[in-house]
Amino acid sequence: MATTFTPLASLGGGALIGLSAVLLMAFLGRILGATGILAGALGFGDRADWPMRIALVAGMVLGPVIYLALTGAFPVVEVPASRAMLVIGGLLVGVGVTFGGGCTSGHGVCGLARLSRRSLVATLTFMAATFVTVFVIRHVLGV
Amino acid sequence: MRLIIALAIGAVFGLGISVSGMGNPAKVLNFFDIAGTWDPSLAFVMGGALTVTFIGYRLVLGRPRPVCADSFQLPTKTQVDRRLVAGSAVFGVGWGIAGFCPGGSLPMLGTGLTDVFIFVAALCAGLAAARLLDGVAKQSGGRDALSGGSVRKT
Repeated sequence: MATTFTPLASLGGGALIGLSAVLLMAFLGRILGATGILAGALGFGDRADWPMRIALVAGMVLGPVIYLALTGAFPVVEVPASRAMLVIGGLLVGVGVTFGGGCTSGHGVCGLARLSRRSLVATLTFMAATFVTVFVIRHVLGV
Repeated sequence: MRLIIALAIGAVFGLGISVSGMGNPAKVLNFFDIAGTWDPSLAFVMGGALTVTFIGYRLVLGRPRPVCADSFQLPTKTQVDRRLVAGSAVFGVGWGIAGFCPGGSLPMLGTGLTDVFIFVAALCAGLAAARLLDGVAKQSGGRDALSGGSVRKT
């Protein structure tokens, strides 16, 4: 399905994502990686700070509600994938980010901003894999 | 106090995901579909996020310590290994199939849409499964990705 090109909203939203990463480092001294925050909130890893991670996730979930209050509508969520694809994709993402040690926020934003070589390799790898996967699904398999 | 700060920071992140379109799988997948319905917006999300974080980290990390914590906790691993590359590749395939990444999907739970809950449930199952797989790998001589000095206290 086609979507509208939104350079300004995307740039502004991206800046807010960056701001949240900077604030988390400034106040609590942590990398803002959704993978690590979710894993910690589920009780994996360092148990000592799981309340902080639960609070972060709870705050994230408020995001669309604040957006609703500001604009009068929820953000648009269009899902081209079938539910079976959501389940398979979700499982692969969960396994992949665990072994890869991060995702778009942790490696793609925070890691690249720190000029981490691991994050650069991780980001280039997952972007390339996503590019190939979307090409195969849409233009080879025709889903 | 730390919890209220974390809640507020999470809300800024969730609002950013909402405004940017990163929580919309159709938009994310279209970024990768140059041969089809291409939408370059995702490049602007990354550009905005990286610019602010790059500058902000340089200001923040020059300070002696965080406002509400004893130290900055940064990853110390610098080695590029097979785990990193293979894991990232698997993540990319999953992202391409579902269109949601962890950071894009978590805030969208707030919209109450069933599809988001299905993805996040599968994501949580994947996180748990990886830890089981990793237990098996460790017994056969592998190393744990998420422990072993991945954090530096400065």
